[in-house]
Amino acid sequence: MMKVLEDRGTPLDRQRFTWRELSPKPISKLDDDAFTRVRIILMNGVEHEALRFQHAVARFNPDLRLPLARIRQVEHQQETVVNWLIGPDHSPLETTIGYEQTAIEVTAAMALREPDPYVAQTLRFGLLEDFDHLYRYSALLDRLEGKDANNITQSYTDIVPGRPTHVHHRYADDNLRRPVVTKASHPLTKLHALTITAGEQQTHNYYMNIGPLFADPLARQLYAEIASVEEEHVTQYESLLDPTQSFLEQWLMHEAMEVYNYWSCAQQESNPRIKGIWERFLDYEQGHLFAVAELFKETTKRDPFEIIPETLPEPLPYESQREFVREVLVKEVDMRSRGTEYVGPDEESEATLAYRENLHSEGVASDAVAAGYHFQPGTELSRKPPQLAA
Amino acid sequence: MSAQQAQMGMNRTGVMTSPHETKKLLEAEDALNPLFEGEPADFVDIKVQSITDADRLGSVPPPASLKGVVKTGAKMLTGSKPQVFLDKLSKRAAYERGGTRLYDALIVKFQSNGPGSSGATLEELTKIRADEVAHYHLVVEAIESLGGDPTAQTPSADIVGVETMGLMQVLNDPRTTFSDCLNAMLIAELTDVDAWNLLANLAEDVGEDELASQFREALLAENHHLQHVRSWYQASVVNQAT
Repeated sequence: MMKVLEDRGTPLDRQRFTWRELSPKPISKLDDDAFTRVRIILMNGVEHEALRFQHAVARFNPDLRLPLARIRQVEHQQETVVNWLIGPDHSPLETTIGYEQTAIEVTAAMALREPDPYVAQTLRFGLLEDFDHLYRYSALLDRLEGKDANNITQSYTDIVPGRPTHVHHRYADDNLRRPVVTKASHPLTKLHALTITAGEQQTHNYYMNIGPLFADPLARQLYAEIASVEEEHVTQYESLLDPTQSFLEQWLMHEAMEVYNYWSCAQQESNPRIKGIWERFLDYEQGHLFAVAELFKETTKRDPFEIIPETLPEPLPYESQREFVREVLVKEVDMRSRGTEYVGPDEESEATLAYRENLHSEGVASDAVAAGYHFQPGTELSRKPPQLAA
Repeated sequence: MSAQQAQMGMNRTGVMTSPHETKKLLEAEDALNPLFEGEPADFVDIKVQSITDADRLGSVPPPASLKGVVKTGAKMLTGSKPQVFLDKLSKRAAYERGGTRLYDALIVKFQSNGPGSSGATLEELTKIRADEVAHYHLVVEAIESLGGDPTAQTPSADIVGVETMGLMQVLNDPRTTFSDCLNAMLIAELTDVDAWNLLANLAEDVGEDELASQFREALLAENHHLQHVRSWYQASVVNQAT
């Protein structure tokens, strides 16, 4: 159990880096556990969300600009350390496989424990879409680069179709959710909603940055298509958050979310060097949380524990959620969304159907890339042609 | 310092690393993906359509000097296409410039990790690096003599950057060995030899005999580079494995 604010962490003025520390040795793509990469990808997203959120707040709030700038400088440096852990022998597409594995395993772990039924349903809805993206990108990796996606996922995650990507495309009105995650929500609900928003936002950023690096037109179209779904996911998850909370209330919860996630990573990390980074950054985030809590008390004369939990829930588990994912797949693959609610496959809005029909009218990359694709260890080429098998 | 040969260790990429999880993974393939939707041929449709619709990478710039205009105009009147020769010269310039940087990286790796069992020496590496620079200057002068702009990046020169991206990554990754880097340089030198041969033939075809002769000299030097790199790489691997 971890009591929040009991440890003040590393004071902000002692959170320092050298350029060498900001470019650490990368992990081994071959020897490190896939969940080490999953944690790196998630925590990069968590730090990126910290930056984007804090910049947005600064645009609207002159009084907070200086404290935001001081903390944000360190958040940026933390993100640099974390993101630079991905080695250059990962092709952009291999890293993409890591991003989708992260989305699947982290979303499933949250959905399984999420106490709010509507938030849990939303997580399961997004889960089956990212699950399908892994299958589509695995087909692309096999057919474009001749590589096996399971070299990245290490048998932890199934590579089969989920809810087909071609039905993920919805009119904007059908991507918003009810803002049910409020101050009064269960701590896990608040932590989940912020964490998944961060993860999806970074996935969108990543695809938008690397999509144009591909020469292959099918890859370019697939990244364009899946990036648009990730943008829908950011819309979906961020709309769960209560927009009436003040900037400071939201900032406080962001810092608590970062503490929770580094704490979860530190407890489960198998690579001792990376564990050291998680522990160091847990101390840094405790320093940020303490600083923001003091600012909150000073500015609002209120108790920070109105917003953040006094103790952290059990850590986010980093392990294969295969059985849960299969269960959701069987039960909810045909689920669709209309407005803020979940509906059957024949109940989608006219607006979504029209939006999708236009998008699909010149071909659909996610269908083409996986046409007839069946994952096989060693790639589909490892299936012997009939004349060789005979 | 990193090890100079492949080590046994906890590689987790293959299915045999985790038989229990792999059994479940394969069960999923059978249970959850029974249908083959579509035909693999669908995979190429978008590609074919895009190839049909594609623009080119770009163009070769027109001659930059009066001499070039006169020379190019005269050749065009006789039906030849001087821009093809200029484009391939620009490609060589880009390749030799990039190749020099690859040797810079190889020399850093050599100085950090040593030659291993390759037999390479710093003196020989430095000599090859100097040859690459000299070849770059040779091509620059050739482009200038034809009235072209040696600083322009033509389509073939642009492709060089894409072709050699992987070599640059291997040479500059601190985790690769000197032997790994020699293998990457072997790829570079193999194509370099063919390219100089082609360039010499092209020069002859367009009546630039003086250039053709200079390019044949460069070809000789590149053949020496290839022999060195090939033998160093082979020695480095054979002696590791035995």
